Amino acid sequence: MLPLRQRYPTFTHGVHPPESKDDTRALGIRQFPFAPVLVIPLSQHIGKPAVPVVREGEEVVRGQVLARADGFVSVPQHSPASGVVRRIGLVPGIAGKMVTGIYLEPYPGSSQEVAEGEPCDLATASPGEIVAAIQAAGIVGLGGAAFPTHVKLVPPEGKSIDTLILNGVECEPYLTTDHRVMLEQPADVYTGLRYLLKATGAARALIGIEANKLDAAETLQRTVPQDLPVAVRVVQVKYPQGAEKMLITALLGKEVPSRGLPADVGAVVVNVATAAEIGRLLPHGRGIQERVVTLTGPAVRRKGNYRIPVGTPLRFALEQVEVSDDVSRVFLGGPMMGQALSSLDIPITKGTSGFVAFTQAETGAQRKEYACIHCAYCVDACPIHLNPSQLGLLAKIADYERMADEFHLLDCFECGACSYVCPSHIPLVQRFRSAKALVREQRSR
Amino acid sequence: MAKAGKTLEIGTSPHIASGASVDTIMRHVVYALLPVCAFSVYVFGLAALVTLAAAVASCLVTEHLLCRWRGAASTLGDWSTAVTGVIYGLTLPPALPVWMVVLGGVIAVGVGKFLFGGLGHNAFNPALVGRAFLQAAFPVAMTTWYPALEADRFVGLPASSLTFPFATPVYDVLTGATPLAAMKFDGEATAALDLATGLTAGSTGETGGVLILAGGLYLIARQMMNWRIPLAILATVFALSGVLHLVAPADYPGPVFMLFTGGLMLGAVFMATDMVASPMTNAGCVVYGVLIGALVVVIRLWGGMPEGVMYAILLANAVSPHIDNLIQPRVYGTRKASGGPS
Repeated sequence: MLPLRQRYPTFTHGVHPPESKDDTRALGIRQFPFAPVLVIPLSQHIGKPAVPVVREGEEVVRGQVLARADGFVSVPQHSPASGVVRRIGLVPGIAGKMVTGIYLEPYPGSSQEVAEGEPCDLATASPGEIVAAIQAAGIVGLGGAAFPTHVKLVPPEGKSIDTLILNGVECEPYLTTDHRVMLEQPADVYTGLRYLLKATGAARALIGIEANKLDAAETLQRTVPQDLPVAVRVVQVKYPQGAEKMLITALLGKEVPSRGLPADVGAVVVNVATAAEIGRLLPHGRGIQERVVTLTGPAVRRKGNYRIPVGTPLRFALEQVEVSDDVSRVFLGGPMMGQALSSLDIPITKGTSGFVAFTQAETGAQRKEYACIHCAYCVDACPIHLNPSQLGLLAKIADYERMADEFHLLDCFECGACSYVCPSHIPLVQRFRSAKALVREQRSR
Repeated sequence: MAKAGKTLEIGTSPHIASGASVDTIMRHVVYALLPVCAFSVYVFGLAALVTLAAAVASCLVTEHLLCRWRGAASTLGDWSTAVTGVIYGLTLPPALPVWMVVLGGVIAVGVGKFLFGGLGHNAFNPALVGRAFLQAAFPVAMTTWYPALEADRFVGLPASSLTFPFATPVYDVLTGATPLAAMKFDGEATAALDLATGLTAGSTGETGGVLILAGGLYLIARQMMNWRIPLAILATVFALSGVLHLVAPADYPGPVFMLFTGGLMLGAVFMATDMVASPMTNAGCVVYGVLIGALVVVIRLWGGMPEGVMYAILLANAVSPHIDNLIQPRVYGTRKASGGPS
């Protein structure tokens, strides 16, 4: 609570969960084998699902388009392997529901060469062509949000982008994918950055990296191309620094207006691994077929950072890394915002930054919930400066309207810092999630 | 490997927690108060020990029985009642009849806490509710002070402690005036050294100012106390009484005297900071602290009583929800605070 001297810039409030990254931070990215069957949902992104352009029984080549984008807020889906389309139908989705997808059987004997497409030439392509090429490559935010990247790059009418921010914060505990990508693929990051700068017309770029990845900051600093207007900025280690708004505040000292977009302050934020993927794919006209995933947690024996084909079933992935028998909870993403899974049948998708497996020792027993004692820990934690205590009391009496109208419920982005610090163990963010859903539903009526 | 059919727990994020817990916080408040208790036993002997024990025991038993009566699980495990008991005991005159101590303890928990809905719902600091009741019911006993460092203090209990319920207590040792009362009614000053070391008459736990501050620093370091509250209170008292002392040194005592006398230290550090009854925002805590400090000075210097910390805190407790209504954090990306129409 006492203000300590801050060495690196940051936003105000936030929490300091244990980083838990030591197990995998030093482990280089390793290629993962192909599963016997890949499960490829057609909606791995926010927006309209992709539309299949292959039929059952068709032979496909790795990198070939399996499904095309449906409109602007949508991206195509590329084949993660050379093989045969076994079935197009329902596949298990992350939220526990079945969603439309494709079952693909990779050919064991195939060399798995990636098909090349129409390269996007940085020198000659117009900004619009680059945006189109990014969409065609099926690029979505690889940090976990899976929002189609090309949509972000086109600012709304009347707004312009002045600063492009590459997000290398990776503030979620356990995850080390962005860290490894920055260390191992700095050239890809910078190639991607060139495309992004040209597409957005931004005058400069900043790369924000948390101070627990100084080696990555140093690598990127060392390899900065002379002609790029880019600066590497180290920010303080604090959760949720990786949230767009928080990183913008840390780096630019500006606040994104409530319910506004980063473009409102002349910024756009792109995950650093997304930039690297753009740099890796666009010069060859390829699409995303795989991504780097951190497989870790106390229940995982062979922890590491793996480049895994999209569509690899989680069960197969966990078998490969030897999950112990006492696994009790597996979640997608980090422990702060990640979703606990009810089934291991779901596949790894473009938005999967990691899987963390806990044993009973970490999940522990049900904790006793006390009444709110007004300690204000949550007030000091909330990065949006909401009053989670007050919101929690209103949620308890189901006064959702007041939560939204007077206490800015809809500004909550569900980082979970309030629940993390609450000494009364009140499931604050969990209640806000349902309250938000209810308010949205009521308002859409 | 997870076999097919292996049960996975689901649950919503976050999947980790800071480990902070109400019972841990309350337990550490008790720890922070232990040196103060030990010091009071050293200064006031068995009388203080019996008073503290009776205070804690009556609070705990009341809480337990009320939980039972309501058919709920006992809430003694959250340690909040222990905190109430210790603080309550520390505010009482050391030689207060034990039956009064017990009665006040029952009121503190029964009225101050249980009637409001238990932990987290008490509008006022329960310990002070108990004390306020005693002050109103037994004004003489509550202002009769056992002297510090009495020679026989470890030999036996003062006769007053063992008074039969509803009988008038008899005091067998010469009672001492507190430094505040001596100043107010007799115009006598107490030596600064005695004030700082706490070797004066007073409530069981109010005299060890240095130990109280140390306990507060311990809690602040553990982020279990908002340092703005005690700081605002003490700074306000210091500044206000300092100005008055400069204007009229003959009429008003100096600021250091004001800081280290009466229940100010104990109140500022351990009672005003009751999380439940104090504001949530930092700005609100400062307003709340300034209010308490100002009330303390006003009551002490111009009121009818020599001491006003208890009433100052209780009044500020009552205002605290309104402070919270008026002062909300400014929401990120807006110019407005929470609480108003967006």
